[in-house]
Amino acid sequence: MKLAPLDYKRPASLQEAIAILAAHDGAALPLAGGQSLIPILAFRLAAPTMLVDLRGVPGLDGIAIGPGGVRLGAMVRWRDIEDEKRLAAAWPLLPAVISHIAHYQIRNRGTVGGSLAHADPAAELPGLAVTCDATIEIVGRDGPREIPASALFVGALSTSLAAGDLIVGMRLPPWRDGRRWAFEEFALRRGDFAIVGVAAYYDLDDAGRVVDAHIGAIGVSEYPIRLTAAEQALNGSPIDDATIAAAARAACAMVEPQDDIHASAAYRRALVGTLTERALARASA
Amino acid sequence: MTAIMQLSFDVNGAPVVVEVQARTTLADCLRHTLGLTGTHLGCEHGICGACTVIVDDAAVRSCLMLAVQAEGTRVVTVEGLSGDDSLTPLQAAFRKHHALQCGFCTPGMITTLHALLTDEPFADADRIRDVLSGNICRCTGYIPIIEAALEARIAYQGKREDGRR
Ligand SMILES: Cc1cc2nc3c(=O)[nH]c(=O)nc-3n(C[C@H](O)[C@H](O)[C@H](O)COP(=O)(O)OP(=O)(O)OC[C@H]3O[C@@H](n4cnc5c(N)ncnc54)[C@H](O)[C@@H]3O)c2cc1C
Ligand code: FES
Ligand code: FES
Repeated sequence: MKLAPLDYKRPASLQEAIAILAAHDGAALPLAGGQSLIPILAFRLAAPTMLVDLRGVPGLDGIAIGPGGVRLGAMVRWRDIEDEKRLAAAWPLLPAVISHIAHYQIRNRGTVGGSLAHADPAAELPGLAVTCDATIEIVGRDGPREIPASALFVGALSTSLAAGDLIVGMRLPPWRDGRRWAFEEFALRRGDFAIVGVAAYYDLDDAGRVVDAHIGAIGVSEYPIRLTAAEQALNGSPIDDATIAAAARAACAMVEPQDDIHASAAYRRALVGTLTERALARASA
Repeated sequence: MTAIMQLSFDVNGAPVVVEVQARTTLADCLRHTLGLTGTHLGCEHGICGACTVIVDDAAVRSCLMLAVQAEGTRVVTVEGLSGDDSLTPLQAAFRKHHALQCGFCTPGMITTLHALLTDEPFADADRIRDVLSGNICRCTGYIPIIEAALEARIAYQGKREDGRR
């Protein structure tokens, strides 16, 4: 349970960090909060020869709230999101989702960029990013680029990032006034990874019908997914018990979870239905 | 590889300079290099909370931090939270409520609760339970620990009137 020998650098600029990562061609890994990477190294599940600590890189922190939405720097910690009280009005789903992540001590160190790059199938932030059309800002050897969150996650603990790519931030699109939203998660203890979680939001048109429903789930496949069938069941309908029940049934029917040591596939499927129903009931209340 | 690095930080109020391997965790640096064995290691992968120390006023798991990541920070361990002559209010509350049996988890409980109550001296039982979900105790059943934390709050309340959070 001790880490294998390795080197460590703390670059003072983004250029320097990218250069070190490029020079090691995949054998160097970025180190953010270390709350996922250090356990991986302790279990010797990865064998980098160099860690590049992002702590000294300027410009990776900061939460920006504006008419264009919310931008989170890669080194923003769960604690920083919790402490940014303006988010409760500006993007209420974000702090609600973040409040389910990990334990007190881990929340003081775990970061946005680390969570996105780690890509745990049950992690909350990747789920929020996919559900809510987030944009991921990346800087690599060939300069900066942006991708939709849905193009970041390709498998359990794996992303489309190339060796040496750094996530520098994540943007959430503008939040509409009057939007209805909720997040529901089932975990064995507070702070544990979710067995299943469902995030949902929708807007209402002048006639009280649902438009632009966004519903997504974590813990039901190798990476977070949109529950498109549930979204279709909502869009264009007034929100009532029957619509909610139809959306929950559609959500259950479209997921294909696997058995694992935490829960059977059937249990996870049932949870998707229950949590979708609860989320929509809470959103519409 | 196996780089030896010089590390300067502040431990329990005193400046310290040590040489460590890059791979050394903060927990191992505190215990082995500095002899501060009050910080306990239960799991060494972030699950149990026994290794909690306070870095720049925030409770963190010292098994999930490299020592070199502590460069320039202020670290407080359980040794830094005990009065020389008498028990601190938090320690006294632990004793009164029998909030420990074997004592293995206790350093992590004390550091975590000290950080919490310094920041949130009006934390209620639910908040305390929520925070202690990250600290595993196999002996006490938690109820005495929560009772001790609730009682110790008063000692922190003078320091912070605003009752943040
Ligand atoms: C006991 C425990 C419980 C937890 N529970 C939860 C939970 O309920 N929900 C949850 O979501 N998470 C949970 N976590 C994980 C925690 O939130 C991590 O902090 C997070 O997943 C990773 O963030 P980090 O900053 O610690 O990243 P690190 O551990 O430093 O890095 C993780 C990975 O991302 C890479 N990386 C880091 N930053 C970047 C970047 N900017 N660009 C590119 N690659 C990067 C690293 O090289 C590494 O591969 C838990 C962790 C523990 C130990
Ligand atoms: S030893 Fe660090 S959390 Fe268990
Ligand atoms: S007192 Fe024994 S583990 Fe907590």
